[in-house]
Amino acid sequence: MREEFVFQGWRRPDGRMGIRNHCLVLATVACAAGVVREVGRRLPTVVAVEHAHGCGRGGPDLGLQIKTLAGLVQNPNVGAAVLVGLGCEVVSAALLKGALARSGKPAETVVIQQAGGSRKAADQAEALARRLLGELEDLPRESGTAADLMVGLECGGSDTFSGLTANPAVGKAADRLVELGGTVILAETTEMIGALGPLLKLAEGEDVAAKLKAKVERQEARARELLGPLADAVLAPGNVESGLTTIAEKSLGCIAKGGSTPIREVVDYGERPSRKGLVVMDTPGYDIESMAGMAAAGTQAILFTTGRGTPAGFPAVPVIKISSNSELFEAMPDDIDLDAGTILAGKTTRQVGEEILDLLLRVARGQETKAEINGQAVFAIAQEGPAF
Amino acid sequence: MAVLGIRVHASDNVAVVAADVQAGDVVRLADGSEVRAVEAIPRGSKVALSPIVCGQAVVRYGEEIGRTTKDIAAGEYVHTHNLAGRR
Repeated sequence: MREEFVFQGWRRPDGRMGIRNHCLVLATVACAAGVVREVGRRLPTVVAVEHAHGCGRGGPDLGLQIKTLAGLVQNPNVGAAVLVGLGCEVVSAALLKGALARSGKPAETVVIQQAGGSRKAADQAEALARRLLGELEDLPRESGTAADLMVGLECGGSDTFSGLTANPAVGKAADRLVELGGTVILAETTEMIGALGPLLKLAEGEDVAAKLKAKVERQEARARELLGPLADAVLAPGNVESGLTTIAEKSLGCIAKGGSTPIREVVDYGERPSRKGLVVMDTPGYDIESMAGMAAAGTQAILFTTGRGTPAGFPAVPVIKISSNSELFEAMPDDIDLDAGTILAGKTTRQVGEEILDLLLRVARGQETKAEINGQAVFAIAQEGPAF
Repeated sequence: MAVLGIRVHASDNVAVVAADVQAGDVVRLADGSEVRAVEAIPRGSKVALSPIVCGQAVVRYGEEIGRTTKDIAAGEYVHTHNLAGRR
């Protein structure tokens, strides 16, 4: 990388730096989805987020939902939020606003049952969002560096080339970002099963190693409990079609994204790391839920490698798609931002790692990713137990 | 025809083929070593670089990715029909 890693961002009240300045319109419960969608239709510049959560679950899941939804609002790419609730749900707009209080994030609430129905609620939410959008436009920008960034690492639709091209190249970019003072999050515990040996070699200190081992073993035990001798079937059909045979093979390719710096900390799903550098987060391998955990912790961007090709993006957080093979890059040009398949034609992982870091800098400076241009933004929260 | 085979670690006993391979094709690694494919192997799949006895470890990235479920000859296609994860 030839130029200094500096961008103009937005410093939030909690000190963290956003690379986007979004107004979020968030349903606190599934029942508010229609109102949120309507506000998104009227005001295309807001980030409208609906989901299937917010009620009807046991304690651990509701805890995860509150933590993740509050974390998403507190993400530094979000400047302000309108929280739309129904009125009788567990995760209400007032409860969520209370969970945000200490962050200083501007948030307004709308309750459909109090507003007099969905049309009036949409009118209220639209008016609040218009005011917040105006206020966000006036926010001053300031210089940020790599040390202000927390970048999530994700792979989805992996193939046998993922572990040879895109993932090690992302690993090089992760190493450089850490060297520059930044933070990267390696997630997807399911895709650490079978790869504990090399991961433990990176763990800094016995506590980190013990926590990492416990998280991976718990996930492996759950996979065996659910799938019995078919535990290897945690591979998706597309993985197997592409030539991946076992979960250990997929995992060993997957963890290459983390690079080679020490693992400084292991955090729970959606938990904000207290240390900089390489951090492991305990998330499912399911891309959408994994990205939600990292976004809730405050990642401002996600590096997402794919061998089979996926259009998935995430609300308010730019997702940078990196293909593991050039055929995919040519087949899905509107979804892939960068081709790491060039490594098969002779480029080094270091060279492509630099290309990834350069692209990350351009995205931090405002360049839209393919997923942002396409309006690809899906949201789902990891769950523990059954619905009631 | 020679096809590029990618081996990550010196201890790996399989390589990934960068293009579709036909029986009789030569798979050539970056270090110049070669193995002749004894059957068709789809692009992105694994070829055995040496004979692997049933029940032995298949090594990729320098780590065990599973055990063979039958004897495998050098040049054979390695996938779910002859390799399984550890139980």
